[in-house]
Amino acid sequence: MNSRDRILQAAAENQPAQRDLPVIGFERLIRYDEPAVVFEQVLTKIGGQLVRVKNLEEVKKRFAEADQEKFCVDAIDCTEEDRLKIQAWKATDLALLHTLYIRGSFGVAENSAVWVDELAMVNRLLPFICEHLFIVLEEKEIVPTMHHAYQKTDVSRTGFGSFIAGPSKTADIEQSLVIGAHGPRSLTIYLIENDAL
Amino acid sequence: MKVQDHAQAAAQFIKDEERTDWHDETLWFVRQKRDLAAHGIPEWEQLREWASQIKDHTLSNLSHYLESFEQKAIANGIRVHWAADGEEHNKIVHQIIADHDLKRIVKSKSMLTEECHLNEYLIQKGISVVDTDLGERIVQLRKEAPSHIVLPAIHLKKQDVSDTFHDLLDTEKGNNDPQYLTEAARQHLRDYFIASELAITGVNFAIAETGGFVVCTNEGNADMGAHTANVHIACMGIEKIIPKAEHLGVFLRLLARSATGQPVTTYSSHFHRPREGQEMHLVIVDNGRTRQLGRADFRNSLKCIRCAACFNTCPVYRRSGGHSYHTAVAGPIGSILNPNLDMKANADLPFASTLCGSCSNVCPVKIDIHEQLYKWRQVIVQAGYAPVSKKLGMEGMAAVLSSPALYHFSGKMGRTTLKYAPFLVNNGFNPWYKQRDMPAPPAESFGEWYQKNRS
Repeated sequence: MNSRDRILQAAAENQPAQRDLPVIGFERLIRYDEPAVVFEQVLTKIGGQLVRVKNLEEVKKRFAEADQEKFCVDAIDCTEEDRLKIQAWKATDLALLHTLYIRGSFGVAENSAVWVDELAMVNRLLPFICEHLFIVLEEKEIVPTMHHAYQKTDVSRTGFGSFIAGPSKTADIEQSLVIGAHGPRSLTIYLIENDAL
Repeated sequence: MKVQDHAQAAAQFIKDEERTDWHDETLWFVRQKRDLAAHGIPEWEQLREWASQIKDHTLSNLSHYLESFEQKAIANGIRVHWAADGEEHNKIVHQIIADHDLKRIVKSKSMLTEECHLNEYLIQKGISVVDTDLGERIVQLRKEAPSHIVLPAIHLKKQDVSDTFHDLLDTEKGNNDPQYLTEAARQHLRDYFIASELAITGVNFAIAETGGFVVCTNEGNADMGAHTANVHIACMGIEKIIPKAEHLGVFLRLLARSATGQPVTTYSSHFHRPREGQEMHLVIVDNGRTRQLGRADFRNSLKCIRCAACFNTCPVYRRSGGHSYHTAVAGPIGSILNPNLDMKANADLPFASTLCGSCSNVCPVKIDIHEQLYKWRQVIVQAGYAPVSKKLGMEGMAAVLSSPALYHFSGKMGRTTLKYAPFLVNNGFNPWYKQRDMPAPPAESFGEWYQKNRS
């Protein structure tokens, strides 16, 4: 018998009698009157910042104003040609990536995490290797908790996806918080306000 | 191999009183942050209950969930391997590296690979692995083991890190600024990420329903490695399985809040398929877990999600440091997991506790840690592995407690000694005198007082 079969057999022999799965009662969960306000409060606490914008054009304008001396990528609404180019980039090509704009699917008020899947990233490495990350999010796409978040999407829809909450950080030296560990040194959420829609 | 037991190693640790106090206070600060985060969620206790029930259900159907997970993962294009023990795990990882003849290897934090001693195994094969979690890199450069599963370098002060970085990374001598030191590590490790050919990561959760796995970090190092390298190997114990993606809602709400008091880790990355042109391997490891599953008293320990809340709250861990537990997973949870791996070598660990129960109270999946510590003590004494001093002490106590005359005499002797000759007990031969003074003796025992006042 190989290890696989031995492990599965031992698990089957040793596992206890059937225990039932609990039902997650959504009526028990915390409620927020203004999820977007909570989202911003939490984001600020974990080192990120939120900028309210009226529409995507405003975001595009801000990208155009970014320091174009630096390596900047706008991965929102790229053409098929752009997508192929971005997908082909390796770590060596991206080592100096300064600014990245991407779209987030939805946000979570309780922890200010934003779901970004592979489709939005275009290239999996992008949101981790850039120095400064900008995520565009629609205010109406903010849910209260992680339970609601997992109802919003099938996480296996794309090959990879991540909840991103704030800039990368560490406190491994004497518990002193330092922003900018291996990933982005800053995270900005462009929140497209409800009334504008 | 083991040189000192927990008590001896702890005695070494507390010799530096100032550092012991700092260690104690720092971890208590993390515990307080956990409390604040937990109190911010009104349904916290309900979440713990759900988490515990989901884990109970999963363990009761473990073989089924493992099989369906494997099936889905293979369909996703992930290559699945099974390892009965640490040795087989190490061989599998080495084989993958050897097949591709790869040299540049980065690894993010994985307690399982620590448990299996993967790095040491690969070094013997002439392969070096760069740990990329900042805390792990610090201890790796110092040739030490992590002392905490979430905060690997918590036993070190910033000047220790500064000295190590000055010697090995050429940073300024005496510059102890954490910001400066972290930046130096970022630059140092970035070169390794960019050049990496193979990345090893751990697994926080594996989803049976979708055949994918989740890796949580704050630094982004697991992602930097996994998305640069052409080969990704993820290593997981069989207990990492959860039934459905929606259950992550429960576990991700609990994990970071319990660990560091953060609302969630910066990155909760869900891997389902290798990227175009990449090879993704998953090594599923038993290493004693199915044996633990069969022990009714101890199977609850397999519910652990490695948050380390039990470490941070433990009065013994805080004042003895992680290295005194001489195992990959220290603290209260380590003390109930490690006797299963090697009862004789780890016989001291269940005794490294006051049984105060604080660990069980903070555990996000409601493991009855202190009760299991107590039960392991019975098993270990019966198996004949009890530490000698404990055995002598317990036999002496049994003799005194079983004879009323001897009991009264001993009590009187104790009070007289404390009153007239305190130096007889206030000395280094009495373990209770270490780090504390003996109390002032009462004038009479409760028994004597009762005799006088009963009418």
